[in-house]
Amino acid sequence: MAVNRMFRICPSTGLSYHEPAEKLIRWNAVAGVVSLLVGGILALLIILTRWQAVHLLPPDWFYLVLTVHGLDMLVFWIIFFEIAVLYFCASTLLRCRLAAPRWAWTAFVLMVAGALINNYSVFRGDSSVMFTSYAPMGAHPTFYLGLILFAVGALIGCFVFFGTLVLAKNEKTYRGSVPLVTFGAVTAAIIAVFTIASGAIILIPTFLWSVGLVDHIDSLMYRTVWWAFGHSAQQVNVAAHVSVWYAIAAIVFNAKPMSEKVSRTAFLLYILFLQLASAHHLLADPGLTSNWKIFNTSYAMYLAVLASMVHGLTVPGSIEVAQREKGFNNGLFEWLRRAPWGNPCFSALFISLIGFGFLGGISGVMMGTEQLNLIIHNTIYVPGHFHATVVIGTTLAFMGLTYFLIPTLFRRELMFPGLAKWQPYVFGLGMCGFSLFMMGAGTLGVPRRHWDMSFAGNPLGYEFPGMAYLMMALMAICGLAAIVGGAMYLLITVGSVFLGKKIETPGFAYVRAKDGVAPTTRPVEVAFETHGTNIGTAGFAAPGTFVLAMVFLVAFVLYYFVNWKYLSTVWPLS
Amino acid sequence: MSAIQSPANRVWWKQPLDRVEGSWIAIAFVWCLVMFFMMPYWHVYGKQNLSNEAYRTTPEMFSGKTQAMVDKYKVREETDLKIPVVHPPAGSDVYLIARLWQWWPMLELEEGKTYRLHLSSMDWLHGFSLQPENINIEVHPNYEHVVTLTPTRAGTYSIICNEYCGINHHTMASRLYVVKPK
Repeated sequence: MAVNRMFRICPSTGLSYHEPAEKLIRWNAVAGVVSLLVGGILALLIILTRWQAVHLLPPDWFYLVLTVHGLDMLVFWIIFFEIAVLYFCASTLLRCRLAAPRWAWTAFVLMVAGALINNYSVFRGDSSVMFTSYAPMGAHPTFYLGLILFAVGALIGCFVFFGTLVLAKNEKTYRGSVPLVTFGAVTAAIIAVFTIASGAIILIPTFLWSVGLVDHIDSLMYRTVWWAFGHSAQQVNVAAHVSVWYAIAAIVFNAKPMSEKVSRTAFLLYILFLQLASAHHLLADPGLTSNWKIFNTSYAMYLAVLASMVHGLTVPGSIEVAQREKGFNNGLFEWLRRAPWGNPCFSALFISLIGFGFLGGISGVMMGTEQLNLIIHNTIYVPGHFHATVVIGTTLAFMGLTYFLIPTLFRRELMFPGLAKWQPYVFGLGMCGFSLFMMGAGTLGVPRRHWDMSFAGNPLGYEFPGMAYLMMALMAICGLAAIVGGAMYLLITVGSVFLGKKIETPGFAYVRAKDGVAPTTRPVEVAFETHGTNIGTAGFAAPGTFVLAMVFLVAFVLYYFVNWKYLSTVWPLS
Repeated sequence: MSAIQSPANRVWWKQPLDRVEGSWIAIAFVWCLVMFFMMPYWHVYGKQNLSNEAYRTTPEMFSGKTQAMVDKYKVREETDLKIPVVHPPAGSDVYLIARLWQWWPMLELEEGKTYRLHLSSMDWLHGFSLQPENINIEVHPNYEHVVTLTPTRAGTYSIICNEYCGINHHTMASRLYVVKPK
């Protein structure tokens, strides 16, 4: 079969799109957005149920809807979009044809089928087992089957990505090292392979158990291995959205990494240490020793936290350097004041970065501390944390990238540009409040995944303090704002992709690579630029970012010890 | 060259560290070490550490031991379901069963006394969540977790389930009484 070498060059960005890769990126992104739509509608129902004053759904529907919401958002939306990001980072950024497009389509079909089968099983009504599906609570066999099919598809997608990297190397489509963003995508894909392998190790036996071929699944074994899948999947998201942060900084500001070495080493730390964090979920479990818990929950001395703190500095730092070099060099924060706050790519990136660091990052370390976990485990603090990481961090970053992809990838003009300007603020700030109030309610002990915190009619029910109800109501109100922001995103993207004005470029054509795509330029060996000589202050090229980082550190340290103080007032346990 | 292009300099790893990055990495690393050593420190000097003591068990074995405790130390029954309230001697082993959708029995402990609380589930996973103390422990079937705890203040506490355990998960709640020693 002839290899398709047809490319087109985007006139405004200069990116080259391989024809099959372009279609695959589009379809994976569209499938992701459809999952986001379904998950978003369900999110509305969940908010309106946990808002005790509204209490919309009956319990069976609440648990069903919560299960589907978790799967559609955390698995299907994010992974479809991540596969799109992987293909983009390999094929488009390296100007290389996508390896084995047919396998990539097989992967896509498997993923769609898996997602549909899995959703079908939950909507049947007998598989409301939550995203985590902890054995020995069992779901219908199709629940596990759907997930397995989806995972097989995603695994094939990862290998298409790796194959494309090999092709790019062999066909010399780039010189030297891959771009940093591609390097980050490699990190995400490596973690994804580990994740999917863990998923297979636990879901295949559980599937066999659900059809009666295996007679016992140990609950602790299940949780241990399942979280090697469940938590690592979130680490894929972290690696992916950090790459997207770097990409947006490059796209909007033409920012270059402050140093390739630091950023790449930080990604390497992710590969080496992130997966240990599945222990976060097992800190309140019997049968595992404290030594095991401490080593794993801290990613071996917090080396992956260190990596995130590094990215948290270098992404805004690279923007600051780029801005200062453009002339916004006055004071500490002129670079930030004069940033394009009306550009949704940038505002999404910035809110994602701050929300992920301050809310998601700090709360994650609290929950992941062996002893502090005792006063947090399974309270609504936990979803508060991961909505800050996965929604503000990952989803919002992906939303920001979408605003860039619509014109260049889908070749459509953005519909409702005025709305797009506000979307990251409505969504991002709504989610920040949502997460924050969830954490507040969790500190007061409100359980997660719980239909009725008022225990109506139960003589033994617990009466939560009024503050807990207030927190839940505020959470719901902020959640509704985020729903509005999500709806704006869907309106803009779906509208633009299907009804937006086509961007017609004269002389537009797909051309064979050999004929039309410019050869890669051999990079000239340039001397290292030392920034900091003519920009910034006191030898600091990015002093504003450094100050922001110190503010972050102070918040982190204070909140950390406040939690220890709180723990010390609880009943002694040993 | 930006982050979406190959590094301009092929030997990018030789670029010296920027002062901003170098300082931040050093500070962040020190903080990471502090956070790491805080956990072993608390095992030595802190009072709230989750026990490592756990045994394999079966629902039959565990309910047998619990029943024996109830037979010996029952002081009264509560609610229409006649859930026994037990008042075991200070310092003893006390048992709490988690099952769909009930905690059984109810415990009455003495303030300032230390107990060995045995937790296990008869069926699925459950979450022991003591309110308003907000102590949360996972309860597994076939594992018997022994937690040594010391109630510090008299009062009526609640135990709710915070690990999703099916359709009536939200009805799974009980009490724990802490009384002044006689």
